[in-house]
Amino acid sequence: MALLELENVHSYYGNIHALKGISLTVEEGEVVTLIGANGAGKSTTLKTISGILQPRQGVVRLEGRNLTEYKAHEIVSQGVIQVPEGRRIFSRLSVRENLEMGAFTRKDTAGIKADMEKVFTLFPRLLERENQVAGTLSGGEQQMLATGRGLMARPRILLMDEPSMGLAPVLVDLIFDTIKELNEEGMTILLVEQNALLALDVADRGYVLETGTIVLAGSAKELRENPQVKEAYLGG
Amino acid sequence: MKEESPFTYRDALQFGLIAGILVIFISLVGMVVAFNERYIVAQTITLGQIIVFLPPLTLGYYGARRAKGRQGSKGLLMSLLLGLVAGAVVAGFVILGTSVNLRTVFINAAPKLFDVLTFGRESAAAAALWAIAGGGLLAVLGGVFTLLSSWLRRALVMAITSVVLIGILQELLNITFGSRNWFKPVNEFFFEQKGLSWTGAIVIFVVTVLISVWRTFYGDRPAKAMSRMSPQSQRSIQIGSLVLGGIILLLVPRFLGPYPSEILTTVGIYIIMGLGLNIVVGYAGLLDLGYVAFFAIGAYTMGILTTVGKLSTMEWSFWLALPAAVLLALMAGIILGIPVLKMRGDYLAIVTLGFGEIIRIVVLSDWLKPSIGGAQGILQIPKAHIGGYEFKGPEQVYYLVLFGIALVAFVAWRLRDARLGRAWKAVREDEDVAEAMGIHLVNTKLMAFATGAAFAGLSGAIFAAKLGSIFPHSFNLIVSINVLSLIIVGGIGSLPGVVAGAFILVGMPELLREFADYRMLMYGALLVVMMLVKPEGFVPEATHQREFHEDEEEIEADSLAAETS
Repeated sequence: MALLELENVHSYYGNIHALKGISLTVEEGEVVTLIGANGAGKSTTLKTISGILQPRQGVVRLEGRNLTEYKAHEIVSQGVIQVPEGRRIFSRLSVRENLEMGAFTRKDTAGIKADMEKVFTLFPRLLERENQVAGTLSGGEQQMLATGRGLMARPRILLMDEPSMGLAPVLVDLIFDTIKELNEEGMTILLVEQNALLALDVADRGYVLETGTIVLAGSAKELRENPQVKEAYLGG
Repeated sequence: MKEESPFTYRDALQFGLIAGILVIFISLVGMVVAFNERYIVAQTITLGQIIVFLPPLTLGYYGARRAKGRQGSKGLLMSLLLGLVAGAVVAGFVILGTSVNLRTVFINAAPKLFDVLTFGRESAAAAALWAIAGGGLLAVLGGVFTLLSSWLRRALVMAITSVVLIGILQELLNITFGSRNWFKPVNEFFFEQKGLSWTGAIVIFVVTVLISVWRTFYGDRPAKAMSRMSPQSQRSIQIGSLVLGGIILLLVPRFLGPYPSEILTTVGIYIIMGLGLNIVVGYAGLLDLGYVAFFAIGAYTMGILTTVGKLSTMEWSFWLALPAAVLLALMAGIILGIPVLKMRGDYLAIVTLGFGEIIRIVVLSDWLKPSIGGAQGILQIPKAHIGGYEFKGPEQVYYLVLFGIALVAFVAWRLRDARLGRAWKAVREDEDVAEAMGIHLVNTKLMAFATGAAFAGLSGAIFAAKLGSIFPHSFNLIVSINVLSLIIVGGIGSLPGVVAGAFILVGMPELLREFADYRMLMYGALLVVMMLVKPEGFVPEATHQREFHEDEEEIEADSLAAETS
């Protein structure tokens, strides 16, 4: 059984039909990427999974449980954690406070402490800035913080929305190295990314979205070599 | 923080005009003449003169600070220019006022006003010269402040403030301690018939300077000394000071007598409300403008359940009705909360504003008159008592209020650091992300509304038992605004800030009762100045402090370190 499974999901913004029957699966330990142009429905898919948007039709399953029956905050305790687009950190709180917020649903103090250590080992820069106000961090550091905050919830699956957006190339590499590293440690990741080249580099499999439907699916290698994908997303 | 544009001659002119117009404004509304009756230092300086001095002085300071750049002399030059402009504006006003009769339009433009503004100069030319010179001098004086080291500046500002404050307090001190034996010699030393004596003023000034300087350079010594002690003795010192503070608080009414106790109970009732609204606005970031509704519900529940007058129903005792009042207010908080939870910011503010008005109008209505008295209110609400002890006058009600504050402050303090408090914080910072962290938005917001409402209910219940009768007009919109303002002035989200804000906004006006006409004006001015100069409040909460003074803190710390080394 797949860890995460979407079956014929239809989502709407008011009357706008944003997702037109999305079906996809993410297996335990995989990095799966959704690529596609602006407005293709990548972020909408993530919103639907995390319960911010209710699908009108179709089901989202996590280990067989139907997630559409849960409210957004309950889905978090089920282990589906979103690292939001544009690094929505709590900018007036300190780095440490941000990380603590990430562990909001958890009550195991010792486990939280251990995970905090882990995040700091993964991102030593965050440890240096532990007591600094998050809003004063650089873009790359904010992305690290948003990722670290997601990890603090001890997710079963991490949904990452455009982690490369607005970052300098060096930092983008750093973030993607971390994604690889996390995956090697066993983390399952669903990655939404406009930078298809990078995304397919770290992913095991991928789906290509166009105007709310999946037009292509396959292993990262297949997609990289697919002429259509090459032309449309990899710059020829 | 953003780079401020350089201060040009045009800015100086503008500042000068503003200062001049401010002086004319406070003159024409009659503040200057009214305040001139109060001497701060006997036969020398009045409160009226001080408020005339204030605009050129402070604007001179700000002008110089912005112009300073590399060298101080340019700043002073700007201050001088600014002051002269301000003086010229005032001079023009004086010449106009003495030659033309302005009183048909501005009733306060009386000869007396011009006497004050010109310090009794007769001829218009001399008066004008005086005004211009005075303006220049004051502004330069303000400018000189920018050249002083921060510790000296702080000491001087504190000293001047305390002289003025103690001067204002003269009458209250007389009322309070007039009959005590020890007071007579102290009074004669510090005060004359009207205002401080010169020796008194100088002693207060010097002592405050010394205290402030000591605090700047050695203020961390007690804390350092404490950190060297063993944890046990640290703990016992903490407990000891808490107990000492508690004992002092308990003895206050005995020491102060009825009138100050009355002021303290009023302030206390606002502190309880402030602590409640602070949870809604400060912790959870939900702007509630109808907070008075819950205060009214608490007061009316207490009134209806306990009154022995015409409207008597249950004739419960205070202690039986108190939980009922709190519970009913809490439920009202939830009922209001449910429909408005989906709203944010401005929309929420407007709906809560409406709710506050609805409650007031319902209370006033003829429809409910048979049960809650309409405009005639509820009379004969018995005082609270424990056994034989009756909370009769202000000196006794004080303890009731103190108990209320202690209870509410404890709850607010514990909630802040609890899970719920963290959820509020997350919701305040970013609702969507808070939800993504697994926070239940609906419950979190409802809890904020309910807790805040319960506190207001408690406050209202004590209010009803204190007055013995309640009327709808006590529950005007202005109460909500007062409570919100005191939170902002004190520092949003900060518990000590609520206390400070209540004393400043509710306590101070009680001390200046004879100037009640200008109360709202001063109120507004204070809020505007606060927002410009110290937007984070007097006793800011850490998160807000960070937002406003990110860089300044470091600079301040650096310059202080450089000075002391």
